[in-house]
Amino acid sequence: MIETIVEMLSYPFMVRAFVVGILVALCSALLGVSLVLKRYSMIGDGLSHVGFGALAVAAACNVAPLTVTIPVVVVAAVLLLRLNGNSKMNGDAAIALISTSALAIGVMVISMTTGMNTDVYNYMFGSILAMSSQDVKMCVILSVVVLVLYLFFYNKIFAITFDETFALATGVKANLYNTLIAVLTAVTIVLGMRMMGTLLISSLIIFPALTSMRVCKTFRSVILNSAVVSVVCFCIGISVSYFCATPAGASVVMANLVILGIYTAAGAVRNCRKIR
Amino acid sequence: MALIRCDGVAAAYEGQIVVHDLDFQISPGEYLCIVGENGSGKSTLVKMLLGLKAPAKGQIVLGDGLKQNEIGYLPQQTDVQKDFPASVYEVVLSGRLNSRGFRPFYTATDKKKVKEMMQLLGIEDLERQCFRELSGGQRQRVLLARALCATKKMLLLDEPVTGLDPLVTAEFYQLIKEVNKMSGIAVVMVSHDIESAVRDASHILHLQETALYYGTAEGYRNSEIGKKFLGGTA
Repeated sequence: MIETIVEMLSYPFMVRAFVVGILVALCSALLGVSLVLKRYSMIGDGLSHVGFGALAVAAACNVAPLTVTIPVVVVAAVLLLRLNGNSKMNGDAAIALISTSALAIGVMVISMTTGMNTDVYNYMFGSILAMSSQDVKMCVILSVVVLVLYLFFYNKIFAITFDETFALATGVKANLYNTLIAVLTAVTIVLGMRMMGTLLISSLIIFPALTSMRVCKTFRSVILNSAVVSVVCFCIGISVSYFCATPAGASVVMANLVILGIYTAAGAVRNCRKIR
Repeated sequence: MALIRCDGVAAAYEGQIVVHDLDFQISPGEYLCIVGENGSGKSTLVKMLLGLKAPAKGQIVLGDGLKQNEIGYLPQQTDVQKDFPASVYEVVLSGRLNSRGFRPFYTATDKKKVKEMMQLLGIEDLERQCFRELSGGQRQRVLLARALCATKKMLLLDEPVTGLDPLVTAEFYQLIKEVNKMSGIAVVMVSHDIESAVRDASHILHLQETALYYGTAEGYRNSEIGKKFLGGTA
């Protein structure tokens, strides 16, 4: 058992996948709790589609993917948040509009340049080989920034998630922190996108939070539990992907799905006991 | 000096005036009830008092050392809170946020204040309970404790008894009255319930796009408008 793990980690691409994956899983779990509770779950999905479009354009123009994608997705995140607060267009409609448009732009650009090939397949469903050592460096720096900011603003994030009006009334600049959450989410999504796949990355945001909420009763325990669940599921998923040659993103989602099932059952059992 | 004074205040939504010519003040220790029907401009007025909306005309002046972020606000409950995983302690502690400014973490003083307020409202044994598993009345007590953590001078309650059964409602009104009497914190309550308002409050502001009545509760009982709205019970 240990030998096979050592063997797995003797491949540099696997080490890179683990480093990036664990950091992204950690960040997305933390942010996911707020997003799910604030009914913004679909923002993750929308942003990953925008990321796909930006990635396609970056590839066509032959520039470094992350340097183009991050700013574009950050702008999209701020825009989505603004539209969500605007009563003239529904938030969910706005997300659908932006994500399909971005996807369409991406597909058009790809078909005009390289054509539909394995690269596109990898964008869509993720690849365990996707990370270069430069990506890893960038990812470590950005993840640390995300984690430090989250820790620093933890109490304010709790306040605006639980009750935005009260937070506003007591002088918390809720808009600023909402934007912060959106920007951090955007960065996290772009970092994890190529490994997890555009279509699957939003699962990292939603699953750990939902799983933890089945059982945990305090905000802090939900956050901590999500972080652990997210990292564990990622490690399980990526190992399965390595040993069974299954797609990386899909394996991680399956691991998350199984854990969600277990937690739901545990929560149900506990509720039954309480009633009796 | 008044905690809050409104001089000729008017508010507009998308260019349309919804309330106008409001003149009233809230003095320390007072209990003011703002009554009126739906759409009479109550929630707009609340937003202005909290500084979340600027008046279109006139001005709102804070006095007696009251800072804009030190009004203890009890908002109407939102959908988000119905399945929110948070302990009672976490919720009440978030009321201390305005004492933090840019400093990120709570201190021992904050935690002590939280304990005090939970004791005052008789919810100290709920500390570790999950907010979503509480009854409606318990939830309102928790949110009231949070509001009290945020203020030394003034509470602003926005329809606090919506959805509570009559017994719990009566208990809650009693609690507010005690807080007002014992700690001298001024109370501003927005309410539908005119009868209880007249019974408990010291002053009444009856809104209908403008102030139909503003004065003492006693005076309201004897006024034309008061008689009309209180019906046979006056």
